[in-house]
Amino acid sequence: MLVPISWLKEFVDINEEPEELSKRLTMSGSNVEGIEHWGTDIKNIVIGEIQKVQKHPDADKLVIVYVNTGAETIQIVTGATNIKAGDKVPVALHGSTITGGKKIRTSKLRGIESAGMLCSAEELGLDDHGLPKEMQDGILILPEDAPLGMDIKDYLNLEDAVIDFEITPNRPDCLSIIGIARETAATFKSNFRIPEINLKEEAEDCVKDNVKISIEAEDLCNRYVARLVKDIVIEPSPLWMQRRLQTCGIRSINNIVDITNYVMLEVGQPLHAFDYDKVEGRSIIVRRGKASEKIETLDGNIREINENTLLIADDKKPLGIAGVMGGADSEITSSTKCVLIESANFFGPNIRRTSKQLGLRSESSMRFEKGIDPNICLQAANRACELIEQLGAGKVLKGYIDVFPGKTAPKEIPFNPDKINSVLGTDISTNEMVDILNRLEITVNSTADGMKAIAPTFRSDLVEEADIIEEIGRMYGYDRLPITLPTGNVTHGKLSDHQKYINEIKDVLVYNGYSEIYTYSFISPKVFDSINAPQNSPLRQAITLLNPLGEEHSIMRTTLMPNILDVISFNLNHKVEELRFFEIGAAYLPKKLPLEELPYENRRIAIGLCDDLMDFYDLKRVIETLFRKLRIKDYNFLQEQHFAFHTSRCAKIVLGNYVIGFAGEINPDVLENYEISKRVYVAELDLDIILSNTSGKIDFEPLPKFPTSDRDLAIVVNEKVLVGDVINTIKESAGNLLERVELFDIYQGDQIAKGHKSMAFSLVFRAEDRTLTDAEVNEIIEKIKKHLQDKFNATLRE
Amino acid sequence: MKEDLMRLKEKTLEILSKSDNIDELNELRVKILGKKGELTQILRDMAKLTPEERPIIGKLANEVKADLEQKISEKMQQLRKTLKENKMRQEFIDVTIPTKVSLGSRHPLTLIMDEIRDIFIGLGYQVAEGPEIELDYYNFEALNTPPDHPARDVQDTFYITDEILLRTQTSPVQIRTMEKQQPPLKIIAPGRVFRSDAVDATHSPMFHQVEGLAIGEGFTMGDLKGTLVAFTHEMFGHDRKSRFRPHFFPFTEPSAEMDISCIACHGKGCRVCSYTGWLEILGCGMVHPNVLCNVGHDPEKINGFAFGMGVERIAMLKYGINDLRLFYENDLRFLKQF
Repeated sequence: MLVPISWLKEFVDINEEPEELSKRLTMSGSNVEGIEHWGTDIKNIVIGEIQKVQKHPDADKLVIVYVNTGAETIQIVTGATNIKAGDKVPVALHGSTITGGKKIRTSKLRGIESAGMLCSAEELGLDDHGLPKEMQDGILILPEDAPLGMDIKDYLNLEDAVIDFEITPNRPDCLSIIGIARETAATFKSNFRIPEINLKEEAEDCVKDNVKISIEAEDLCNRYVARLVKDIVIEPSPLWMQRRLQTCGIRSINNIVDITNYVMLEVGQPLHAFDYDKVEGRSIIVRRGKASEKIETLDGNIREINENTLLIADDKKPLGIAGVMGGADSEITSSTKCVLIESANFFGPNIRRTSKQLGLRSESSMRFEKGIDPNICLQAANRACELIEQLGAGKVLKGYIDVFPGKTAPKEIPFNPDKINSVLGTDISTNEMVDILNRLEITVNSTADGMKAIAPTFRSDLVEEADIIEEIGRMYGYDRLPITLPTGNVTHGKLSDHQKYINEIKDVLVYNGYSEIYTYSFISPKVFDSINAPQNSPLRQAITLLNPLGEEHSIMRTTLMPNILDVISFNLNHKVEELRFFEIGAAYLPKKLPLEELPYENRRIAIGLCDDLMDFYDLKRVIETLFRKLRIKDYNFLQEQHFAFHTSRCAKIVLGNYVIGFAGEINPDVLENYEISKRVYVAELDLDIILSNTSGKIDFEPLPKFPTSDRDLAIVVNEKVLVGDVINTIKESAGNLLERVELFDIYQGDQIAKGHKSMAFSLVFRAEDRTLTDAEVNEIIEKIKKHLQDKFNATLRE
Repeated sequence: MKEDLMRLKEKTLEILSKSDNIDELNELRVKILGKKGELTQILRDMAKLTPEERPIIGKLANEVKADLEQKISEKMQQLRKTLKENKMRQEFIDVTIPTKVSLGSRHPLTLIMDEIRDIFIGLGYQVAEGPEIELDYYNFEALNTPPDHPARDVQDTFYITDEILLRTQTSPVQIRTMEKQQPPLKIIAPGRVFRSDAVDATHSPMFHQVEGLAIGEGFTMGDLKGTLVAFTHEMFGHDRKSRFRPHFFPFTEPSAEMDISCIACHGKGCRVCSYTGWLEILGCGMVHPNVLCNVGHDPEKINGFAFGMGVERIAMLKYGINDLRLFYENDLRFLKQF
């Protein structure tokens, strides 16, 4: 909300500088987002009267103008064509500056001296949109009564500070100059007034005889006030009004439209002006729309209406969409003769829905949807008519029509001063509280049941005691509240076990060289093709957003893999290499589509690796390191086929009865889709299952008392035989005397038959209660050898 | 015999002085001083001496033996030392060769959330969690924001169905936690939130918040101020000034926004703080009675405060990052700096 200080001062007595004003109002609840100083660049431009216009002897397109500036008559050369003797014009004297800080000096134009410049509206920093064409192209002609020699800045109030307030949704009353003036008065304990409105009502006839108003949809329209004005003269509004609108960010159109906007800014009540001659049947009906209806709005668009759209209509047709935008048909034009001023109060939520559905937000709808006090309708209509009379824009008919089905009364809010102090942590006296409330136009009644605050109807945000507490708190000053810490409630601050484990997981990954990434939870449905997912893959069962920003962010991810591939691709494209990444985040798994209940948000760990010096085993090592840190033992990596992975370099990771994820080298087709030309290794693991299998419990085992017996075992097997299977067979055959078995060599090549490979293991045996004898161990080794021979057709190497 | 002993001594010292081999010295010791060594050989003739000569020669023999023992030992010690020194000299390494450090990094948003979390754990808070895909009820209604409430406009929401949406704030975790746990209760809830904003240097459709809630008996707005002042002192430095401005949130009343003195200019006014000297850092307030009623508490008995802050904004201020997009591009050159 832009508020020019000059306008504010019409309602409240203040002398503070704009900066001080902003600071204090910010601290009392009207947050200032900025201050704009208008007109400070205009200097030494005065009102002059043209005495004579003469042809330039040496230039067809220039004239010599003699201008009386009050102090002297000077000679100015100009190319303007819209001036004549007797015109009052702004004269930039020698040494003056026009808008933008451009300096004007005496100079010669085609040999003739020019002691300054006549100014256009634009050169004074004015918005010339509402001016006649010849003034837009030429010099600004001032009214005849403009005082000769007066500084143009004073005459047009060019110098003004405009404060930009952030208005929170609970304070629609502050979307007006008067609303901000009230806050200002309460903050500075200064005098607030609304000048009395005096109407002449010059027209002979009465509104009541000329128009009928009926509200059919009373649930959507609380009040409808109408006034009529005839003998309308459509012309540009006066410069002061244009200037006010300009500094508030509103374009000038013509006197009538400008007046409705002016009153909306001043009072906070949106008005609409209809060309009354276009209203058929002299009747205004406020009703719901019908499915088949259409209306062309002021912006030239044809709008489809439905039964939830509130319309202003006449006997035959819709005239406008209530509270949102008027219709093109009844628009004010240069030929308008009679105007109906509408000052109505519409049901906010309905206006909000309509404006959302039509994609049409206006200054008017923005105010209605937040809720406006219906009690200001008449004041606003009268103020508009007063301005019409002041501007000589028409004759106001006698009386007004006021249909007011939704009357609201001031609300009584009981409050307890002790409670207020206990919530604020203060010791404010009841008198001071009453004083604060009174400054906010809240009256206080002390009754036998306690104290009651009576909130004015423009303060729809005041409902209960908590709201009164805020009013007192903010006017007393939040900066004066004590700074204390809670007492009495002992709570214990710590992380849950799972939160601690996630910390540990991040530590392990970071200390192994992996950097954490954050990627969007929404992805493109196209990524399933990119990662080779078959059409029937469950990954494609993804939740779709109703209103995504675009297709690329339109579904909720069911896997973290595409994002980590994107990140690897992005970095390679930026010539960043040796990439190791991880992400911890949710995959969103619907139980059913379309969604009927919240989906399962399955937390995952994704790990990605792209480094010429690293391979699958580096990926596997970091996963096993993670498991070691989390004391997870019961896991297996099993050879697997997966659409996104290399056909012979993928493992499925099993933990107990669960498949908790996959790890492997990414399939070359998938890499092509991501425009990656290096080998990439990715793992995606189910964090929820990992966490539920993690226990922080440490089971201490006493150190062994008896020595180990160590043996090596080397076998040759078919190259297809997997080490994991051999190790499992060794463990099964050996029983519990085998403490551990480790692969220390794997070899293929010379001395080994083609299609075969050699594996060498070191085996460590130990008994808890005795030193094992060679005979015992030999017996176990023989058993292992036999099983390996039977199962894998293994031959032993000595 | 005396001469024999002296000759043996001289001969041994002569060999000793020339030898630079430990094995040789070991052999020498055995050869001269061993049980069957030359000294023993000489002493074998002691019987032939007179009783007067015996103690004199005996003493001399002992002296020679001790002397030689010591000299051989010293020489051996010296040789060992030289040997070690030579070995080390040969084992020269170039300590200036750089190594390849393999250290990843936590994402800056994680670092900020961890820091916030640790401060509040110190103040007795626990870390609560809730779903990112949320019911309208928890995200809005239970937080005193019914349908058509104008506050919903401020938060352009991604919807999945009429009732299910991507949470626009971490505040629904307040409700879910209060439904499960009885006061006194102090929690923070860090997490992802979503609003339908197009991507630019200061907007992202996904970002992070940390929500805080403390409820119990007899909390005051002074307690809220004190808690958040303690937090900003830890987070931004003890010389940081702060102020509380009245504001509006549907689920707190009274509500406030907290500003801290600008990190860049310390309150003088600069581009970072739009020349106000202040940076808005969080929203807060006393929990609205309607919110307490919605979870079955009597607002006359139970009250408390809540606050919420944007993690990206804090990270940008704290690290001097000027483009929010960097957090989600995951350029390793960016990530490695944290």
